[in-house]
Amino acid sequence: MIDSFYIAWRYVAFNKIRTATLIACVTLIAILPLTLELLLTESEQQLLSRAESTPLLLGAKGSALDLVMNGLYFDDEIPELVSMAAVNELEDSGLAMPIPLYVRFNARRFPIVGTTLDYFDFRGLTMAQGRQLALLGEAVIGAEVADRLGIAAGDSLLSSPETVFDLAGVYPLKMQVVGVLKRSYTSDDLAVFVDVKTAWVVQGLVHGHEDLARSEDASVVIDRTDTNVVASAKLVEYTEITDENIDSFHFHGEPEQYPLSAVVVVPNDDKSGTILRGRYQESEGLHQLVVPGTVVDGLLANIFRIKNVLDAVIFVVAIATVLALTLVFALSIRLRQREIGTVFRIGGSRLTIARLLIAEIGIIVAASALLCGVVMLAVNQYSGDLVRALFIR
Amino acid sequence: MIRIDSLGFTYPGAEFFLRIPELHVAPGEKVAVIGPSGSGKTTLLNLIAGILVPQHGRVDCAGIKVSALGDRERRDFRISKIGFVFQDFELLDYLDVLDNILHPYRITSALRLTSEVRERAAELAQQMDIGDKLHRRVDHLSQGEKQRVAISRALLPSPRLVLADEATGNLDPRNKGHILDLLFQSVEAHGATLLAVTHDHELLPHFDRVVDFSDFRSVA
Repeated sequence: MIDSFYIAWRYVAFNKIRTATLIACVTLIAILPLTLELLLTESEQQLLSRAESTPLLLGAKGSALDLVMNGLYFDDEIPELVSMAAVNELEDSGLAMPIPLYVRFNARRFPIVGTTLDYFDFRGLTMAQGRQLALLGEAVIGAEVADRLGIAAGDSLLSSPETVFDLAGVYPLKMQVVGVLKRSYTSDDLAVFVDVKTAWVVQGLVHGHEDLARSEDASVVIDRTDTNVVASAKLVEYTEITDENIDSFHFHGEPEQYPLSAVVVVPNDDKSGTILRGRYQESEGLHQLVVPGTVVDGLLANIFRIKNVLDAVIFVVAIATVLALTLVFALSIRLRQREIGTVFRIGGSRLTIARLLIAEIGIIVAASALLCGVVMLAVNQYSGDLVRALFIR
Repeated sequence: MIRIDSLGFTYPGAEFFLRIPELHVAPGEKVAVIGPSGSGKTTLLNLIAGILVPQHGRVDCAGIKVSALGDRERRDFRISKIGFVFQDFELLDYLDVLDNILHPYRITSALRLTSEVRERAAELAQQMDIGDKLHRRVDHLSQGEKQRVAISRALLPSPRLVLADEATGNLDPRNKGHILDLLFQSVEAHGATLLAVTHDHELLPHFDRVVDFSDFRSVA
């Protein structure tokens, strides 16, 4: 059999393009379902582990899935917004610790997550470099953001405008990066964390500009009374918060009405959680309190239903591929009739020919298995990152 | 070496019948077989080699009654006792010269591929003047060189009988005589018998004897 493998090896090595095509076909048809399975298992683990470590999530009534995807995985899809009043209400209940989240803006394609320092404690996030958030306009970035953008503590990062066509819109805010988080292999690695007030600055709800009370420029001040100053569009708002201008930043309107995308709710104990769930379930108000694990379970059930369909498609494609490969081998036997005839005349048997073909198929299958193994090892190695990049964030 | 008595053979469904009342070839003899196309010359070689089995009569070769052997025995007999040289060489393009010469050893358990056999293959190639091309692909060789590879392959197992089917048919006149000389020398050096089918009457004087197939074949 070794000699058969040797001859078969020389044959497949001689017919490089044919061999490469066959190996590619077999490898692809093996890799597809295996990769899909691996990535889905990985995404299931990632989605579930983060969801199960988040006891409750409060948001505006609407899509629970959008709320969970935005609140846990910082998805671009923004759910209906709630206000800071919801946080205050939870605090007043004494049943849970609320952690506000405002995930709406981006900085160079990475989500800006407006929150409080409680979030870092809750997720167990620690610093790899620099320090925690302390002042308005500061940012702490995830490890992956630091790697991909090549920035570190001490650098700055601009928020991205919501639309480049809105010339009257809010200017990008230049944020000071004061720290980089240790890698957590979660969506936190891909986020830019700021204080929730800084997120409101990005939106323009909190802003700073020159002191109009002292301004003498008539083109800036349109009208002035004892209690009010009306400025023209010439008034330039600050796009960077510095020691010199930080005091000029102020709220407009009631801070209690400022928006949030979600609130992570950490109940004091199981009983408190149950009471809260009951309250929001009964409530005919504007809020919903969801258990992220349940929502993600529902999402996964749908994903796996789709996977079953994909598996069936792949199975049909695999059958088609096997049939095509069989045809290739059958044609190859016809093309090699002369060679087969020579083998018979010299003294070979049908078994000799069968051994040669089996060896040839064996080499192609073995090479495909090897290639498949290498690819699967790579996929397995990077499945976490792949899942975060492709499916979650 | 070869003894054929009252041989009768026909291909199933074909209007062809080969009948050879008697044919004897002595050991070491070099016999040419001539005859018109379709007269059964190649069929005779296949019957002697045990590739085909006659419906009537007997074929003995090297003291073995070939026509009475089973499939496996006939294959073992063929690979160990007979060397084949074909008109179109029938070499494998994807193997180099050395691997083509060693090919019979790789396709049967009746022959054992040892280091001694490899050395012998190299020596044989040297004698055939292709010793410096052992690791060259055969599709890079000239026609004459290809036939030398084919002859080396046929002679490596030290066969008692060499069957050549139009071995010089694809060669130019200069190569034709040279290859035939090489074939004769090698066959003599190995103490083998040669039965060669040919259309080329110019080569006949080189043979010990000529068998004309016009005498044997009959159409039903």
